[in-house]
Amino acid sequence: MTEKTLDRPFTVASFQTYMNEGRLMGSRNRATGEVFVPPRPIDPATYGEDMEWVELSGRGTLAAFTAVYIGTSAMIAAGYDRTNPYLAGVVALEEGPRVSAQIMGLDSKQPDIDWIGRPVRATFVERGEGEKRRAFLVFEPV
Amino acid sequence: MKKLNRGVAVVGTGMSQFGAFPEKTTRDLFVEAFQDMRASVGRGLDPTDIEAIYIGNYSSDLFEGQGHTAPIMADWVGLAPRPATRVEDACASGGVALRQGVLAIASGLYDVVLVGGIEKMSNLPIAGVTDALATAGDVSFEIPAGFTFPGFYAAIATAYMHRYGASADALLRVGIKNHENGKLNPKAQFQARIADLMAGRIARAQQKGLPVPSWQTEMDFLHDDGANPYIAWPLRLFDCSPVTDGAAAVLLVSEEIARRFSDDPLYIIGTGQASDTSALHDRPELTALRAAQLAGQQAYAMAGVTPDDVKIAEVHDCFTIAEIVATEDLGFFAPGTGHEAAEEGLTSRQGPKPINTSGGLKSKGHPVGASGAAQVVEVWKQMHGAAGERQVERDVDLAMTHNVGGTGQTCVVHIYERR
Repeated sequence: MTEKTLDRPFTVASFQTYMNEGRLMGSRNRATGEVFVPPRPIDPATYGEDMEWVELSGRGTLAAFTAVYIGTSAMIAAGYDRTNPYLAGVVALEEGPRVSAQIMGLDSKQPDIDWIGRPVRATFVERGEGEKRRAFLVFEPV
Repeated sequence: MKKLNRGVAVVGTGMSQFGAFPEKTTRDLFVEAFQDMRASVGRGLDPTDIEAIYIGNYSSDLFEGQGHTAPIMADWVGLAPRPATRVEDACASGGVALRQGVLAIASGLYDVVLVGGIEKMSNLPIAGVTDALATAGDVSFEIPAGFTFPGFYAAIATAYMHRYGASADALLRVGIKNHENGKLNPKAQFQARIADLMAGRIARAQQKGLPVPSWQTEMDFLHDDGANPYIAWPLRLFDCSPVTDGAAAVLLVSEEIARRFSDDPLYIIGTGQASDTSALHDRPELTALRAAQLAGQQAYAMAGVTPDDVKIAEVHDCFTIAEIVATEDLGFFAPGTGHEAAEEGLTSRQGPKPINTSGGLKSKGHPVGASGAAQVVEVWKQMHGAAGERQVERDVDLAMTHNVGGTGQTCVVHIYERR
């Protein structure tokens, strides 16, 4: 991979920039192959710092979730409330790392504990106005 | 195993009334706690003996618009110019402040240290409280997903329920039990059993000529989406600790001088603290708090005791699932069986392992930065046979406190012995 964008530092801002471009990216320790999403500049297990960017498939399974009735201000601004709860979850990516994301495409008013383990895939939604507009990672059932 | 350089004793504890007090600021609450603590010091406290002060406080900045709170608390109880240090580890702030006080005395630098915990949460509307608490999570990688604090623990609950087959009713049992205890704690925010709250609602409906709810049991009431709405499925209102204003104070002294202050000091024989990944999703296990396990193991090893030796424990039940997980992390019950223990009543005051006899964060209230210090107040009362109607029957010669910050990014555990 030699494209110019792969020179970015392993920061929160770079991760967000990739998401704004529609890509879910992580860092990979060249020495061990361990992948980190969101990207980490230091491998906490080996202290290795020789990292490279890697694009994730976006495929994973739901590891834990909730239907949030009393939401964050940002989610209330996005139109969710007590009568229209949203789903938030932890997704285990097929490459190993886990991430937190909103879960869409399932009925938040009929949650089922057996959704855990369900295959999901990543997509992005854009929210916010003007300079604050940015992409948010979400997952949908496959 | 690491030991403290010298022994540390608790010789007094106190707390303010817990509740929602529009007319009180943190300093007013802390003065209340300080006075209550001072009254508990059997042989009396000359405040000029206090050499340093550590204050646990999560976020007066967000809740009250007041930063730099430690010197304010010191000043308001007459302790300036002594060093005053604020400790912030989210909801574990009070427990970590306690540990800092222990370490300061063990180091030999001080002989008498005041530990406090403060939080004034009720000024903000619920959306403001939700956002303020959410900053104890990872605001870069978790909060954009929509996670709130009830949401995080709800996710832990789904992982736990899926893995171990636990029911949502097991969680509700924790709340019922903690309200049974809180009813008997005159400092608690909710001095009522769930059954009392249910009866009150029925009586009010009858009084107003409204349709009378058909609840027969506490579980009927707790299953009613109107009376007990979901906050973050599967957690309902009565699975969540409330928004609370409160403060607590603990007086620590070196072991050698403890009997100058008290005929019956408590000795802190174990202390442990650990941290974990900023995001819940980065943990190998979602059904346990690794930092709590480690903090517990450190404290047990230092004290030379086992989970069976612990007569009572105050654990961090910010949400009902958190109490179940805590009782497993601390080794009281095997992984995956804490929910059964809760359903079987093993953690009630009459059970073999009473947990949260104070009413816990659920019923006593959870002023987040104060809770870790307030836990010591209950341990003090139970160990001295001074817990009134909620006193457990057995002799409590060994007890534990367990205080969690965030989703377990910080956990701190202490073990107390009466000799």
